[in-house]
Amino acid sequence: MTGAVTVERVTFRYPGGGAGIFDLSLEIAPGELVVCIGPSGCGKTTLLHILAGLLTPTSGEVTVPHRANGRLPTALVFQGVSTFPWFTVLENAEYGLRLLGIPAPLRRERALRFLEQVGLAGFRDAYPYQLSEGMRQRVSIARALAVDPDVLLMDEPFANLDEQNRLLLQDELLRIWQASRKTVLFVTHSLDEAIRLADRVLVMTARPGRIKTEVVVPFGRPRDFREIRRDPAYGALSARLWDELRDEVLKAGG
Amino acid sequence: MNIGRSYRWLALVSPILLLAVWEILSRTGILDARYVPPPSEVLRTLVALTRSGDLPYHIGISVRRILLGFLLGATPAVVLGLMMGLSRAVRAFLMPIVAAIYPIPKIAVYPLIIFYLGIGEASKVSIVALSIFFLVLLNTMAGVMGLDRVYFNIARAYGAGPRGIFTTVAWPGAMPAIFTGLKLGMGFALIVIVGAELLGSDAGIGFLIWQSYQIFAIERMFAGLLVTALLGWVATIALDWLERWALPWRSEH
Repeated sequence: MTGAVTVERVTFRYPGGGAGIFDLSLEIAPGELVVCIGPSGCGKTTLLHILAGLLTPTSGEVTVPHRANGRLPTALVFQGVSTFPWFTVLENAEYGLRLLGIPAPLRRERALRFLEQVGLAGFRDAYPYQLSEGMRQRVSIARALAVDPDVLLMDEPFANLDEQNRLLLQDELLRIWQASRKTVLFVTHSLDEAIRLADRVLVMTARPGRIKTEVVVPFGRPRDFREIRRDPAYGALSARLWDELRDEVLKAGG
Repeated sequence: MNIGRSYRWLALVSPILLLAVWEILSRTGILDARYVPPPSEVLRTLVALTRSGDLPYHIGISVRRILLGFLLGATPAVVLGLMMGLSRAVRAFLMPIVAAIYPIPKIAVYPLIIFYLGIGEASKVSIVALSIFFLVLLNTMAGVMGLDRVYFNIARAYGAGPRGIFTTVAWPGAMPAIFTGLKLGMGFALIVIVGAELLGSDAGIGFLIWQSYQIFAIERMFAGLLVTALLGWVATIALDWLERWALPWRSEH
């Protein structure tokens, strides 16, 4: 079963001894788009970093797809500054492929294909400082897609964008996801973003983070944001998620 | 610089005014022209020295010493600086030595260098290398340490090993700081090479000035000083140009 993610009773303690996440379990089916929300500092990023192989859990089991030739099992889209300022758009997009040792002409072609998907092929030789924040985030998405991961991990990738660009990029993400059917774990602060994107929303507790509850999003695909906003179920879902989240945010110290 | 267009000409006025006053004072005898020759005299000497081939020869020697010294000093400084920036262990191991040697005025080491390497080119190149080594080393290290951690995380998330992090994060990321080190180093290199040529040498700008002193050719001493200033100015422009060329990704340009 390619693309499945299993996290079993994972605890991560910082070198200082405090637990970032504690006894956390979750399962994601192949091709599923799961959004994780939780209060600030609850360990969402820690969870993604564990899945991306940047951190090793103190205890527990993590199963992600195996590394295959010329591909990566997971690719992480970082929040905020996430492109290398010293590389061009194309060099950023082909970064993962370069580290995989794929020959230059081949990786160039592959990276360009994904830059095209995010609408940036015309900016291949530009440097990040010449781009808007939204365009830079598109570059990181192209870079992640270029390594053809089974699982796409996204750490509040749209948090620094204005509302309009955020909507545009959410649309694009859904379009790309629907075409590629990659497994996606998406972390966000935004309830709206969670409802717009997710098959299933996981609510995390305050630190040390665990999965408090999960809510299945009842809207079908493809999703039209304007339509689901009018649906009474949208308000109910938003209220329910907030109820779950509220206590945790208060516990986290607001 | 954000000096208004109308003020820019003022920047030209002060040096011209200074030269004009100097010229007048020297010509009218208020300043003794034997001790303080007028700028026109210095210029004439400069032209004569250039025609005779003396000046190009001495400039060539000094420039060659600086360039070789830069190469010899900056190369290991960058490599070591990147390693110290990346690894806490390497930093802890080497920092005490660096901190101890860094503040020594490098020209004070010159007699020792002559003692080991003789009075020839090797000692000149070495003193330049030594004078810029620590500047470039410390700037490179600071450049790596100042990099946002997220760049290292991106690299590691995409499977970069130590080599990948070295070549795709530390080296390009520290480049602006390396250039800062090189530019600071250029000033020191000029000071040190002219100093070294004054102390013991048979060629170079410093030698030209010293030799002129010994034969009491004051206008040649001024010519030497002028050339040194010009050399520093050209070097700064060259480094700025090199930086723009090497770092097209910097938003300041």
